[in-house]
Amino acid sequence: MVKNAINRIYLFIIFLFLYAPIMVLIVFSFNNSKSRSHWNGFTLRWYIELFQDPVIKKALFYTIAIALLSSLIATIVGTIAAIGIHSFNDWKKTLILNINYIPILNPDIVTGVSLMILFIFARIKLGFWTMLLAHITFNIPYVILSVLPKLKQLNSHLYEAALDLGATPLYAFFKVILPEIRPGIVTGALLAFTLSVDDFVISFFNTSSGVTNLSITIFSMARTGINPKINALSTIMFLTILILLFIVNIRTSKEVKEEKAK
Amino acid sequence: MKRRFLAYPYLLWMLIFIVVPLLLVLFYSFTTATEDGFAFTLDNFKTFMQPIYLKVLWRSLALAAISTIVCLILGYPAALILSSRQMSRKSFLLFLFVLPMWMNFLLRTYAWLTLLEKNGFINTILSVFGIEPIQLLYNDGAVVLGMVYNFLPFMVLPIYSVLKKIDPSVIEAAEDLGANQVTVFRKVIFPLSLPGVFSGISMVFMPAVTTFVISRLLGGGQYMLIGNLIEKQFTAVYDWHFGSAVSIVMMVIILISMGILSKYDNDREGGGLW
Repeated sequence: MVKNAINRIYLFIIFLFLYAPIMVLIVFSFNNSKSRSHWNGFTLRWYIELFQDPVIKKALFYTIAIALLSSLIATIVGTIAAIGIHSFNDWKKTLILNINYIPILNPDIVTGVSLMILFIFARIKLGFWTMLLAHITFNIPYVILSVLPKLKQLNSHLYEAALDLGATPLYAFFKVILPEIRPGIVTGALLAFTLSVDDFVISFFNTSSGVTNLSITIFSMARTGINPKINALSTIMFLTILILLFIVNIRTSKEVKEEKAK
Repeated sequence: MKRRFLAYPYLLWMLIFIVVPLLLVLFYSFTTATEDGFAFTLDNFKTFMQPIYLKVLWRSLALAAISTIVCLILGYPAALILSSRQMSRKSFLLFLFVLPMWMNFLLRTYAWLTLLEKNGFINTILSVFGIEPIQLLYNDGAVVLGMVYNFLPFMVLPIYSVLKKIDPSVIEAAEDLGANQVTVFRKVIFPLSLPGVFSGISMVFMPAVTTFVISRLLGGGQYMLIGNLIEKQFTAVYDWHFGSAVSIVMMVIILISMGILSKYDNDREGGGLW
């Protein structure tokens, strides 16, 4: 009994450590003063100013645009590549997969710096497109690693049966292979999207001052003087994630229930 | 089925955006700029061997090691409690560990800035008790705190997932054979959880060694870890050759430590690093 209480207190302290900064951030986003320690009454003005701030608005636009484009392109290229890689089966496959692992295992800063050297070496101006290319590059490996296991589970005779029954290869792909590997593709796409939204280090090295995502904006704001608008922004982002996770959770638990009902 | 050609576009992509950039880093690290191009040199690595830079390397490794140990000390009991049979609402508690990771990691680090500042939250509370403001920011402690805060879930989750898989009948057998709780932990639970400990260590140590954001925000503008050293070479000093050499050194250190950890892992359990 005593041990159980101690366990609970220990977990509570750990959670306090993990959540105290986030809670303080949220509370002071409603503070009617620039101070981050003295409470001066409730206000929503930082939320209003947040959406009038051109820098933050632009950063939000670039973050979402890059995340959508890079995850979309990475998902398409990665899925097609995974199908191709799956049909290799010797040392070449091992080599390809090992190179594919490099962006995942390499420190972000090395990936960022090496791509920056490439772009400048090739005389490509840093900006939106270089950031997009960098994001696609670190996203594709995750898509491939999510799709490959699904391809392994796939019964290859299904595809052949479809061809025997008169389907064109393309038709057979969309009707037979794609539905089977869809869960892997969706996982890969979601992973790519979140990684892209969250990325700071690689974006930081592969963009110019005009094109910044939210992480870079937060980084430069935190250095030059902290603004309650960042608190408001983080509160919105935190709540968005909470709501999204909640919805996903409900949907999956529903699916589990339906599975059990069967 | 001959569908290999489908991989060719990506193979080209890998060549251009993964292999060539790394070769360029390698190339820059072994060269220096001359009037008519590049010349081979080892000077960049020799420069790094100077005490001032070795000190930066040493500090990075030491702080990352301290953060990893603190994460292990704080995280292991948490994982143990989470996996214990009496704990109810396990999946919710696990969710609470993962949730902060979904928040932008710069924001989480920035949150500590507001807590630790001279006129921040903690010092304000202290002043209520008549304690003079303490300099909590811009020192080694603040950087370690930031690392532990950011990477603690990476330690808890792998250990938890290994502990959860331990067959309860093994523990019951040990108890039946007369082992007390301490012996059960020392002889059964802990050895079986080592693969989780090793993957936790690598998941905390790697990002901690390479970070430049935590050290910049919580350590201040002059604070130097190896990540900051690389960043400075590319964004402020524009010495790509030296920056590349430091990057190569860092990559080699990461590769060696990953090799050592995965060897330990394989000796005991088999299977990959993660």
